[in-house]
Amino acid sequence: MIRSFSFPLIILVAWCLLALSATLLPLRPDEIILQKILALPEWQAWLGYDDLGRPIADRLIMGARTSLLVAFCVVSISLVVGTAIGVFAAWFGGWWDKITVLVIDIFIAFPGILLAIALAGLLGPGIMNAVIALSIVGWVGFARLARAQTLTVKEREHVTAARALGTSTSRIAFYHLLPLILAPLIVEATFAIAGTVIAEASLSFLGLGVQPPDASWGSMIREGTRYMLVAPHMVLAPGVAIFLVVLSINLLGDKLRDKMDVRLNNGK
Amino acid sequence: MLNYLFARCITAIFVIFGVSTLVFMLIHIVPGDPIEVMLGETAQFADTEALRIALGLHLPLHQQWLNFMSQLFTLDLGTSLYSKREITALLAERIPPTVILACASIIIAILIALPLGIMAAVYRGSLWDTSAMTISMFGISIPNFWMGPLLIMVFSLWLGWFPVSGNEGFASLILPAITLGTALAALLSRMVRAALLEVLNEDYIRAARARGLSQFTVVLRHGLPNAALPIITVLGMQFGSLLAGAVITETIFSWPGVGQLTIEAIQKRDYPVVQACVLLISLVYVTVNLFTDLAYAFLDPRVRLEK
Repeated sequence: MIRSFSFPLIILVAWCLLALSATLLPLRPDEIILQKILALPEWQAWLGYDDLGRPIADRLIMGARTSLLVAFCVVSISLVVGTAIGVFAAWFGGWWDKITVLVIDIFIAFPGILLAIALAGLLGPGIMNAVIALSIVGWVGFARLARAQTLTVKEREHVTAARALGTSTSRIAFYHLLPLILAPLIVEATFAIAGTVIAEASLSFLGLGVQPPDASWGSMIREGTRYMLVAPHMVLAPGVAIFLVVLSINLLGDKLRDKMDVRLNNGK
Repeated sequence: MLNYLFARCITAIFVIFGVSTLVFMLIHIVPGDPIEVMLGETAQFADTEALRIALGLHLPLHQQWLNFMSQLFTLDLGTSLYSKREITALLAERIPPTVILACASIIIAILIALPLGIMAAVYRGSLWDTSAMTISMFGISIPNFWMGPLLIMVFSLWLGWFPVSGNEGFASLILPAITLGTALAALLSRMVRAALLEVLNEDYIRAARARGLSQFTVVLRHGLPNAALPIITVLGMQFGSLLAGAVITETIFSWPGVGQLTIEAIQKRDYPVVQACVLLISLVYVTVNLFTDLAYAFLDPRVRLEK
């Protein structure tokens, strides 16, 4: 078990540690060295320099910080809001439920991150707006899952018993419902982190996320595409970083799903 | 059966209605005055007011919404602020390249996913299975905005096999289609594997094997058709991600489709065009989903023949 967990775990721990300690490390992500423009990897900068002569390794760590920050914010907001809405709709049923399902269906009708791209574009570029745009899109998956799970759990005997005893709704929700629907939500959250890392990088790649001089893996790839022939390391380094992080989260999510024995039921 | 079809269509109509309303609201989330954002702060008062009236933004909100919806019914999407052209004409120009790209990606995805998934299912637990699923996991995890530049770097810049970008015939279609199709291929191969595994344990497969049919015939003639339904469903459901991916892929390869138009419009703050593109892509997605559901009901004799 420990062996099979180790590769993704090492990557993810490294990602989190680097991101969290980015401000403490002696980094110089914005320092421009004109002589080093597009320079290949060397001893002082083991990933080389970018088109402005800034060390790519340092910028990569700042990019890790951006992606972790955005992923954490977006998934937390989506998880809390989505779960609350889903549980609420399933618990009270009737028109509340019908309206919620319709709203969920409407949001799901926007394919992938298209709505986030449009929202980020209209709200204006910037990390804050990227978080808002991705959260507006992100809650839907959790709401649908929480609703479906609550519908099955709320008919169970212990919930009926709690109701018969006159337990308050909020107490039932927190003590009798949430613990039972948490496992699939955690698995969903794991995959949502992977999705958000890619989505944030996509927005930044399109110029709608993090703004210069701040670093994001997506914007680093975007800058690198202009110099692919002379400085392929500009595209390779941030790409490998995103790929490894997303791959690790996906592998971990798969393991988690098997371990928690969750069958993600995305039906309505 | 008929009840189901009817209910499904009614839901789709509600969703289309909701999607249109949400797209209508998009322009109102622009911080500050959208007219000022579109024209810039230096614009003359006369110009801003003229645009405000042209877009109907001076009207009360419900009036604006009614206008928006009634214009949609007549397929009048307004004019582009930047090129001053009819948006419908603009879209008509951009739709064919996107359709071509999407179809090519789906074909590539199927060509990759079927052999991978079949091998993984037939030789379950073997090295084939592990490597096929590892490749698939890689495909899911590689973002298209990295895959595209990588392909350009290797096949256009180093090897010189394909053009870097643009739409100049068949050769320029290959790299964007691979970029866009990879994620779909990865997901699809997992689905093919899962669907086949479920089917391969059925009695009729055992019966086919007992009759001495070759592995090839058993899997392709008896297994795959019965596993087709969930595979088609995933294809339909993933079509949306494909369209959203096209926005990024078309930008990378300067492919002159709807996706590129969307990003151009966002960059030029041409909001009516942004609204039109988002609406178009979403409506196509809703329609494809609806048809997938209907096809599912129609293709499955168990559902179709139900009285």
